[in-house]
Amino acid sequence: MSAPLLWIFVPIVIGALTFLMARARTVTIIGGVTSLLLAGIAFIIPIDEALLIGPVSLKIGSSTFLLGRSLVLNSSSAPFLVIIYGMGVLWFFGAEAAGVAHRLVPFGLIITGLLVASIAVQPFLFAGLLIEMAVLVSIPMIVPSNQTPRRGVVRFLIYQTLGMPFILFAGWLLAGVEASPGDLALTIQSTAMLGLGFAFLMAVFPLYNWIPQLMEESSPFIVGFLLWLLPTIASIYGMGFLDRYAWLRTSPELLTGLRITGLLMVVTGGLWAAFQRHTGRLMAYTAIAETGFNLIALGLDPAKSADVTFLLIPARGLSIVIWALSLSILRSEESDRPLSFTSIQGLARTYPFASAGLILATLSTAGFPLLAGFPPRLALWEGLGQQSLGSAIWFLIGILGLLIGAVRMLAVLSMNKEETVWSTKETWAQRGMLGVGLIGLFVLGLFPQVLRPVLEKLPLMFQHLGH
Amino acid sequence: MITTIISWLAVILLLIASSSLLLSRDWHWDIGFLAVQYVGVFWLVAQHWPFGMAAAKLVTGWMATAALGMTLSNIPFRNEVAEKFWPQGRVFRLFMIGMVTVLTASATPRIENSVPGIGLPVVAGAIILIGTGLLHLATDSNLERVIIGLLTVMAGFEIIYAALEGSILVAALLSVINLGLGLVGAYLLISSEPEEESA
Repeated sequence: MSAPLLWIFVPIVIGALTFLMARARTVTIIGGVTSLLLAGIAFIIPIDEALLIGPVSLKIGSSTFLLGRSLVLNSSSAPFLVIIYGMGVLWFFGAEAAGVAHRLVPFGLIITGLLVASIAVQPFLFAGLLIEMAVLVSIPMIVPSNQTPRRGVVRFLIYQTLGMPFILFAGWLLAGVEASPGDLALTIQSTAMLGLGFAFLMAVFPLYNWIPQLMEESSPFIVGFLLWLLPTIASIYGMGFLDRYAWLRTSPELLTGLRITGLLMVVTGGLWAAFQRHTGRLMAYTAIAETGFNLIALGLDPAKSADVTFLLIPARGLSIVIWALSLSILRSEESDRPLSFTSIQGLARTYPFASAGLILATLSTAGFPLLAGFPPRLALWEGLGQQSLGSAIWFLIGILGLLIGAVRMLAVLSMNKEETVWSTKETWAQRGMLGVGLIGLFVLGLFPQVLRPVLEKLPLMFQHLGH
Repeated sequence: MITTIISWLAVILLLIASSSLLLSRDWHWDIGFLAVQYVGVFWLVAQHWPFGMAAAKLVTGWMATAALGMTLSNIPFRNEVAEKFWPQGRVFRLFMIGMVTVLTASATPRIENSVPGIGLPVVAGAIILIGTGLLHLATDSNLERVIIGLLTVMAGFEIIYAALEGSILVAALLSVINLGLGLVGAYLLISSEPEEESA
């Protein structure tokens, strides 16, 4: 047994098999249990080390060959697998509660497998091709066969597809820069190519207009899954470039560029979020600000950037899954309620769990104390403050925008006639999933060290970052 | 010498096919031009890749084209929505094709200088396809044209990338992506079919 076979091909095959299953609950259980098992195995069983269980010796090899190239998942990749498949458990178990199990679980498992392959492929430059394949697989997941595709999904497809050639070209040019480091023109060309590729891939300002559009057009839970997974993998892929090329890692211009772009996303995302009157679009701008936080973390001092970037991942994942599930519950199929502020007014008394989920997830993204987003925002703000006071102030403006969005949503959700009776229209499964998620938000906020065993090993994926 | 002449003929074929794709408003012709375009791509890719690998590119390109063509032939009526932006129209597109041709003529020698051995026809063919593909994406929001635009940009990219990277894995993944784009396009076209028309 090899690690790529287990963490790449097994989820892809199981995902394909779940297309054949009719019952949503069965599909959900298979997806959730598969993800749980894969996360558990990554946490417990070491890769490339023989494990003796009674008379049986078990060893998970680290590499597999595919068409002359190798897929490698060694022991340093295990914490990354724990995080990805651990978060996958929440998404897949939540899929039934969100009413999208038949779409999210099969496609989600295949997409996760492909994106893990993109981290495992050697040379790592080819990851762009696997990310593009995951994007193509995600299209039928976003647009069900009975729904007319609108502008958001078309832009998503165009932008993600255009990103791949830029990254592949950049990879080729970077090899040239490595061979002749003094060639300034080649250095500028390769950096520009790389920047454009990642701008498309991570939906960097101003190429993020598809996110709010997609949020309005499609299921929030499905779009949320993509908004969690794609930027997370793209960040790790981007860190691979910084780790591989010393001149990129040590270029003050590039790091400043990353910080400024990140700040631009946090500020624009925050300001747009403050003025939104549609909860789906509000979530979209919150996710955009989250990507901004990632970019700022990558632009910090290279010794710190990996730690802060990895600290952001669990909080981001948890916030987005709670957001997406809450929105899906409010926009249930039977009520077919739009997600504008006028439609959700006063729903806190009939959907208390979903309303609490929406508000706490936004507050967490805004870095509200006691919630999961607070410790990474604090670390980020501190790192940014050490670089420049002006940047720290702009960061605060973005955060304030997100907070205003959360407070406005709180006001809308709780705005009701006095005599309205409190009740819960959520199902037990929905209450359970949201309850677990909300507890998780507080646990990560109050005791961020609980994830330390996993997070402290994540920088080992890289040779130079975070050491 | 003959190979170079044929390569330049392939570039002219690409220019004609991609320009016609941009000017034509009839999907029957579009599918034909797209299929012809892949013949030019095949020839230019074959300058750097073995015949078998280049042929795989031709076959997957044709498969993607066939997927689009079969889908479009099964959609009874498609009302093309007029673009709202200005400038537009056939004369404007013709002008833009002229711009792409001028850009290709000026940029090709410079790119060939910076990547020696790649070949002028390969660079020219790639720039023509990337340029016209981007024009598709920039000037048209109809779904089939967006997919044709993406396939054209990808084809241009593949011509030039074939000269830089000869890995079988890359060839296989690019083929899968091409085919995937065709299938995704077909899926989206079926989804966009109005219900009353499909009944």
